[in-house]
Amino acid sequence: MDIRVDRTRCLGAGMCALTAPQVFDQDEDDGLVLLLDAHPPQDRHTAVRTAAGICPASAITLTEPGSPPHP
Amino acid sequence: MHHEPSPHAPADEPVTLPTQRAAGCPFDPPAGLAELREERPLARMRYPDGHLGWLATGYSAVRSVLADPRFSSRYELLHLPFPGGPEGPPPPAVVGDMTGMDAPEHTRLRRLLAGKFTVRRMRRLTERVEEITAEHLDAMERRGPGVDLVEAFARPLPALVICELLGVPYADRERFQGHAHALMSRESTPEEVMAAYAGLQEYMAELVAAQRAAPSDDLLGDLARDSDLSDDELAGLGGFLLAAGLDTTANMLAHGTFALLTTPGRADALRADPELAPRAVEELMRYLTIAHTTVRSALEDVELEGRTIRAGDSVTLSLEAANRDPGRFPDPDVLDPHRTATGHLGFGHGIHQCLGQQLARVELTVALPALLGRFPTLRLAVPAEDIPLRTHMNIYGVHRLPVTWDEV
Repeated sequence: MDIRVDRTRCLGAGMCALTAPQVFDQDEDDGLVLLLDAHPPQDRHTAVRTAAGICPASAITLTEPGSPPHP
Repeated sequence: MHHEPSPHAPADEPVTLPTQRAAGCPFDPPAGLAELREERPLARMRYPDGHLGWLATGYSAVRSVLADPRFSSRYELLHLPFPGGPEGPPPPAVVGDMTGMDAPEHTRLRRLLAGKFTVRRMRRLTERVEEITAEHLDAMERRGPGVDLVEAFARPLPALVICELLGVPYADRERFQGHAHALMSRESTPEEVMAAYAGLQEYMAELVAAQRAAPSDDLLGDLARDSDLSDDELAGLGGFLLAAGLDTTANMLAHGTFALLTTPGRADALRADPELAPRAVEELMRYLTIAHTTVRSALEDVELEGRTIRAGDSVTLSLEAANRDPGRFPDPDVLDPHRTATGHLGFGHGIHQCLGQQLARVELTVALPALLGRFPTLRLAVPAEDIPLRTHMNIYGVHRLPVTWDEV
């Protein structure tokens, strides 16, 4: 799994940091997304997919082996 | 009168927005929305001003519109779904009212504030929220059984928290609570709404002047010191944040307690396992969806679910119907504190998703289990059908919640 985040789209709602806190955090100053781990281990993939799916700004893109990039 | 949707109605016959909840169902969306969602999740809708627009009730349609920048939130472009609005288009958002703005104006303000409402910052308030909660529970215990939970607990708790966070003296509440209430009520005339904005702005302008002279450590002080906001913008934004913090969590606390107490086993489930609280809070947000309805206006023609929404069309989004969509949430009409309600639209979605949602999560996750734990025999003091419901408010809930308990 390969994760990309788009800080120009991000609104700092914090849903990713709430859902997958080992992978996403928020900048202390502007609240925008910080990617802690662009290639997280398998046991975090479900939480990461949830986080990408619920991001209100569609600022998280996932690339997984065998499928095109998706939010 | 209402055109009730029926399988026999022509697919394009416009409906009106159902607003009447069935008797005895204070937690369910107005009658007719479920049938509509099943038959026509995106339906033509006749608005009270005559406009022929749309009503979205299906989860995917509602969520798509919320996420799509081709739909505007600017008030002056909207036709309103509830009767009693102004003649002609609504006035544009007052300074600082982010709800009625689009990008890039909205983005500028949201960016200023996002860092003040992060998950981590809000969690740092946990201890203070616990203190405030305990103080109010202590006061309830001292008064003894028989209180209005809205007045004794649900309303003051989030009011104290948002006041402290912003730097607004809680002692001044007589000066802003009435204005905030008028802004949230659909029974306010357009004149009353404008007067409420003006009153709130006047009050906040005094605070801003004091903050400019001697900035404090709270949010208004931070913004007074560090941002490029004008005095007017800072006062408007402060009033917006204050109003948004007063009536929202308060209604979730009261209505959430009402639902937990009257749905068999739910309060005990939370008492038995306080760790369940974060999950239960998400489920209550989904199940109750107190911010029930919002509207957008198409800026260009948009294809959605096989239909063409024309530029200028208003689309009413029934968040409460979407959150009960069985295609997204199995057994949607069951309040199940164990379910994963993640992805619900209770805080909205898209660029206007609730700025204060992480604060609300902390408040609800602390306060609901604490209340139930402190009063193991907590129950309604009147029959459920006598609880006055906020049927004409932009945020749904209860006006009063008389409760009682056994003294030990």
